[in-house]
Order: sequence, then structure tokens, then C-alpha cells
Amino acid sequence: MVVDREVLAAPIDEAYGRSVPIRTTGLAVRAGGSEILKGITLDARRGEILSIIGPAGAGKTTFLRCLNRMNDLDPDIQVSGEVLLDGVSVYDREVDVAVLRRKVGMVFSVPVPLPMTIFQNLTFGLRLIEGAQNRYAERVEKALRSAYLWDEVKDRMDEPARNLSGGQQQRLCLARTLALEPGVLLLDEPSSGLDPVSTAKIEEALQELKADLGVILVTNNVKQAARASDRTAFFLFGQLIELDLTEKLFTTPREPKTADYISGRFG
Amino acid sequence: MFDRARIVGGLLQSLSGIACLIIVAMVVIIIGNILIHGVEKLSLSFLIEAPEAGMTGGGIFPAIFGTVALVLLMTLAVIPLGVATAIYIHEYAPKRSRMVHLVRLAIQNLAGVPAIVFGLFGLGFFVEFVGRGVDRAFYGGTLVYGQPAILWAALTMALLTMPTVVVATEEALRAIPVSYREVAYSLGATRWQMIRRVVLPQAVGGILTGGILAVSRGSGEVAPVMFTGAAYFLPELPRQLNSQFMELGYHVYVLTTQSPDVEATKPILYTTVLVLLLLTFSLNFTAIMIRARIRKRLRYGR
Repeated sequence: MVVDREVLAAPIDEAYGRSVPIRTTGLAVRAGGSEILKGITLDARRGEILSIIGPAGAGKTTFLRCLNRMNDLDPDIQVSGEVLLDGVSVYDREVDVAVLRRKVGMVFSVPVPLPMTIFQNLTFGLRLIEGAQNRYAERVEKALRSAYLWDEVKDRMDEPARNLSGGQQQRLCLARTLALEPGVLLLDEPSSGLDPVSTAKIEEALQELKADLGVILVTNNVKQAARASDRTAFFLFGQLIELDLTEKLFTTPREPKTADYISGRFG
Repeated sequence: MFDRARIVGGLLQSLSGIACLIIVAMVVIIIGNILIHGVEKLSLSFLIEAPEAGMTGGGIFPAIFGTVALVLLMTLAVIPLGVATAIYIHEYAPKRSRMVHLVRLAIQNLAGVPAIVFGLFGLGFFVEFVGRGVDRAFYGGTLVYGQPAILWAALTMALLTMPTVVVATEEALRAIPVSYREVAYSLGATRWQMIRRVVLPQAVGGILTGGILAVSRGSGEVAPVMFTGAAYFLPELPRQLNSQFMELGYHVYVLTTQSPDVEATKPILYTTVLVLLLLTFSLNFTAIMIRARIRKRLRYGR
């Protein structure tokens, strides 16, 4: 894939059109009296992994949860600004939240297998859709292969999902999301608490997935951002401090705060 | 100082031990007394015959049948009502809303209302108001439902046991991790789909525990059915929802206070109490078995 690196480096790129599945403009979040996000403008592109780094309380997870409207579940949270998914505002009144969440898949920081069999976990989302029933086997296999889990579970489909190890559970959660064939994949610290091998498998899976997907990876692990992502955004106290190509941000950051954070001087 | 602490500690330990002993002793005395006096008249014919000779002879089958029928009807009414209430206040109603606060307050107060008040309410509301209303509307004023009946007794009992079911169900709903709900939502579930496919299967055990508690409460209460459907003496079994019925607890009350010959009814009274206890235990046991079976079927649950 040939990409103009200078164009990629620009914080927002108007010329990107179709290949920008998610774009936020002035996205702000208030909860109770405090401002959690103070106007975030950035975009995620198909064919790349965008990682978001920053210390705890920077608003990384809140930002992610705005994109598939998981924040709707908390009545205290007020969202303003704009989130466009393929050019359509996700906060539009006519948007069906259930459909939105299928298009914008999410993997949580702690693997949460539902209390069912492995197969039932993988088909949970599909079973909610009318008419998807006849494509289970095909979609499940594809999703499991993408998540690097097929060989480990193909003969264990009817076992309870909690029998899997932690790393396998997280890949199951990834596969469960992928089975819905989303256009954007949101990952909220997906490898916190996982061993290095499982982490490597997930990162490998993401490298292959990004061809058809916009991937946003929130991570507390600066090294993970450095090795796994194409662009990196640095959040601090609800603000986007810097967004750049990953290698640029890590070698020659423009902002001193970014430099301090990635060198471990705070956070 | 050290010695004093030791003495106080030892004293408290013995006191709490004695408290336990007293409780165990009470249970042993009550059950033992009933067993010893009740067993002699306990026989198959006692269980399958109707009372005879002014309650001084025969059996108690109509009362056993009536109690079981009452408890089943009550369960049919209280489980849907209680579970739906709990689902609404825990899953649908906005958190910290006035409405939820009011409903909770109402349920808590309902749990504190004496059983006899439920009986009077059942008579006034179900029998006089609803029953008479149905008669006027559908039966041209003839007395069909406007009288004490097993239906009204069961509904009254359902009101009495509803708080138990609501509280147990809410407890079960609260125990389901937020993360399960979030995962279901994130995979495109609507609220109802999330409840139907994640919450309810997980909550079934807790809901049934509420049902069990309701059954054990309902099978032992007398006051709510006294005015709403239980009969003093009725050799026939209830055939319809508007039939009156005999009930074990009420029968015990009748034997104790209304008998023409106290000495002659005494052995029957003991055996009746024994049967009431056994029936309550076995209804409980049945409910627990049903719960165990359902839990086993959902063994991926917990």
C-alpha cells in the first residue's frame, strides 16, 4: 500500500474522503461538573492503526467510547461536538445504535467471555441479526482465523468460553467482534494483563486486519504504540497534545509534554 | 489487663454458644413435640380422606389439595408480576429516578404490612370490588366471582409474597456484571435483547430462589386466605377458580379454636400440623429441585 507520508502526518486531512471511516470534530465530554474531553479533533483511516497514548485520566477510553456511543449507557455523561462515521454523524437522531455498534466494533481491556460456549460467544452478535443465521460457520471460521485462534479452538467449540486461557479469551473477544465484520475496530488496552505471547498474537492479527479496517488502539503501553501503530495520538487531561506518524512522534516529538511522557518523565 | 480481656472474651464466647444452643433446642422441642404426638394418627387414610364427624375423625385430604392448589396459583401470579417489576426498576427505569424510589418504598412497606391486613384488603378489593364488578359486567349481577374463592385467595397471597420475589430478583440482576451488559451492547444488542439473552439466563437461579421463599411463606400463611377463599369445612375439592377451598393452616386454626370437642380433635390437630410442616418442606424441596435442574441446564452460567 503506497501512502504519502507527509499527507498522513497532517492532523486532519480533508483530501482523504472515503478512506477516513471515523472523524471527530471538537468532541467534548462532560461528566457531572468536570470536563473529561476538551474538544478532540482527529480522524482514523482505513489501512492504518492509530494508537492513543497518555497517562491515566487523559480521556483515552472516554474518547473511544464516544465513537460507538457506549457512553450513552451512563446518563451522567454529556457529549458534544461531532463524530462522523463514513460521513454520517453517529449522534444523529436517526442512527440505530445497535447497527452503529456492529459497524464500530469494540474490544475491552479485560477479556469478557459471555457465560456461554465458545461457539455461542462467537455467534452472539450474529444471532441478534435477522437472516444472518445461515452464514454462521463461514463467518466464525474467518473471524477466528483473523484473530489467530482457529487452530486452538476449532475442536472445542462447545466448551464453555471461560475454559480458555486469558490470552485466548481476549482473542475470542476480538474474533467475536470481527464476526460482525465491522468497519472500525476500537481496542481499549486489549493487552493489559496478557502475557507477551498473547500480546504479540493480537498485534500480529491487527497488522493483517488493518487492510480493511480502521483500527484505533488505546494503550497504556508506550512501547506497544511504538511497535504496533502507524500513527500515534498523545492525550493529556482531555486534550489532544500531538498527533503524528508513530516514528516521528517517538523520535522527534514537537511538544515537550509528549517528549516527557514517552521518555517516562511523568504519567 | 491481658487476663481481663481473656475473661471477657471467654464469657462472650460462651454466651454466644449458649444462644446458639437455645435456638437449636427450641427447634428440636417444637419439631420433636409435633413429631411425637403427630405420628400416631398419621396414616395413608388420614392423607386421602375428608374430615368426618365434626372434625373429630376422618382425614385432611381437601385441605392438603387446597393448599397445594393455592400455592401453585399464587406462584403463577407472583413470579411474572414480581420479576417484571424487578426488571423494570433495575433495567428500564432511569437510575435515581423518583419513580423507582417510590416503587422501592412501596415494596418495602408492602413487606412490612401484617398478613391480616392483606386478608382484609383481598376481601375488600378482590372479592367485593373486582369480583362483584366482574359479576355485574359479565353475569348480570348473579354471584359468580363476587365471593371468596381460591382465585382471590391466591392473588391476595401473591401480593403478600411479591416483595420477596421482587427483592430476590433485583438481587440476582444486580449480581450480573456490568461488563456482560457492555459486551452485549457492544455487539449490537438492544436493551431487550441484552436482558433476554444475557441477564435473564444468569438471573434464573436468583429468581427461582425468590419463588422458593414465596412458596414457603405462602404455604404457611393463614390470615390472607381467611376472608378471601378458605372454607371451614368442605368435603369437595375446588373445581373452578371461583370455588372455595380448605387450607391446612386455616384448618389448624379451625381445629384449635372452633372444635366442639377439644380433647377429641387434639390428635388430629397434631397430625395436621405435622402434615402442614411436611407439605411446606416438600413444596420447598420441589422448588429447590426445579432450580437445581434449571441451573444444571444452564451450567455455563456460574
